[in-house]
Amino acid sequence: MNEIQKLIELKGVFFSYGGVPVLEKVDLQIQEGEFLGIVGPNAGGKSTLLKLILGLLEPQSGHIRVLGKRPKEARQQLGYVPQYPNFPRDFPITVEQAVMIGRLGVRSRHSPFGNLYPGRYNRTDRLAARQALAEVEADNLADRQIGSLSGGQLQRMLLARALVVEPSILILDEPTANIDQRLESDIFDLLKRLNERMSILVVSHDIGFVSGYVTRVACINRTLVCHHADAIDGQVIQELYGENVHMVVHQH
Amino acid sequence: MNEFFAALTQHGFLQSAVVAGLLASIGCGVMGTYVVVKRIAFLAGGIAHSVLGGMGAAVYYGFDPLAGALIAAIISALLIGSVRLQWQAQEDTMIGALWAIGMAVGILFIAKTPGYQTDLMSYLFGNILLVPEKSLWFMAALDALLLIIVGTYHRQFLAVVFDEEFARLRGIPVTFFYLLLLVMVAITVVLLIQVVGLILVLALLTLPAAVAGHYVHSLGRMMLLATLLGSTVSLSGLALSYGPDLPAGPTIILLAGAVYVISALATRAVARRKVRASLPASANRR
Repeated sequence: MNEIQKLIELKGVFFSYGGVPVLEKVDLQIQEGEFLGIVGPNAGGKSTLLKLILGLLEPQSGHIRVLGKRPKEARQQLGYVPQYPNFPRDFPITVEQAVMIGRLGVRSRHSPFGNLYPGRYNRTDRLAARQALAEVEADNLADRQIGSLSGGQLQRMLLARALVVEPSILILDEPTANIDQRLESDIFDLLKRLNERMSILVVSHDIGFVSGYVTRVACINRTLVCHHADAIDGQVIQELYGENVHMVVHQH
Repeated sequence: MNEFFAALTQHGFLQSAVVAGLLASIGCGVMGTYVVVKRIAFLAGGIAHSVLGGMGAAVYYGFDPLAGALIAAIISALLIGSVRLQWQAQEDTMIGALWAIGMAVGILFIAKTPGYQTDLMSYLFGNILLVPEKSLWFMAALDALLLIIVGTYHRQFLAVVFDEEFARLRGIPVTFFYLLLLVMVAITVVLLIQVVGLILVLALLTLPAAVAGHYVHSLGRMMLLATLLGSTVSLSGLALSYGPDLPAGPTIILLAGAVYVISALATRAVARRKVRASLPASANRR
């Protein structure tokens, strides 16, 4: 893994939904160990960018390399926390079972059977699920039905499900959009800790808030508007959103 | 009822009916659970009804209607499944079209079958009393196949029915497992046609699993409970229908429907009482 300097590389990426361009000429490089915040207005293409990196969407032109491979080949090494859960909340499944699904791709990474590996989860899988839940301080939720979780608890479960994958890169789409502010800093404190072991890519609409945590910010509004290592100021925000935005200073 | 048990010891056809009911219940419990949690009842209905096309063609060309049903069910499962994965917007229209086209084709074939007119009613509403022994073996083999596949790949199926996108990111071949799941639903439909006919299949596929979902909260337990409920309902329906000489299929379905309605109402009432009881307690706790 050491020889890979650029963890993720996008060159001249163009993507449109049915002719309407969402991303144009996006060049972006992400280095090992970075904690990159992707910010920008709604419908600016942030989630689309993540889906391209995950290989869930294909760019119309340009190229994307993740861990030196094509996104579809690399995605088993990526942990992903979606903005909205893709499952019905009344699905009959416990938190532990849902987290354990993340283990499916882990064994198959080394298995000749690939993802057709039959049978049950083993002790290692169970242990990994417990550890991931402990890491997000949700080990007491293991036996709860997902339908009984609060918004913040569900977010922790989704994070545990991404961590149990043992990812090289953790990718999160608005991880704090549906929870209250106190939990927001809890989650970002946790991400900061995780950043010691893995690179993190997080989409957020709250530019002021993330700038206190991330190592670098990329601003996306159809194209990559800016690319800053240093603090975000009003000038940059205006450039990005095209109008005056009320900025609240956060103290961390 | 007593009359039924007396007759059961004497008549081979009743014993076959009981075995058929039990075999069908295994399929309905296991695959019904997936249909209910994945919310694809309408899709399963489309598969069930389009099967008449295959049965009609088989009758016309002189094959076993059950074999025709199996082939038609698998084809329509694959068709509906691919449409669902490719053009998501038109899914329900496509299912509706396949539903009606399949039935129309079947009725044309049956109408044009020369000589003895096969009993259309028994395809539509089933006739558990006329299940031949050969069909019992066929049903047992299909059940065995379902159980082996589910036993082997239950983790992958769970991943796909729970969260397709996440399953895809884990490198699971989602399209393969989704289509396999639909083919297995199609097989179950054919199992159930013997018992309740293709019009009523949907009820037996969804109701026992839905009732099970009121009480247990994991797929494995739902499958087990739904199978038990399915067997209880089909055997009791059979027994109830015997004395007054009612058709068994509709009796079984009405029984399943009654159990579902009562269970749904009871679950709601209990949930409401729980909420009411917890209100002052939780206020104190915080």
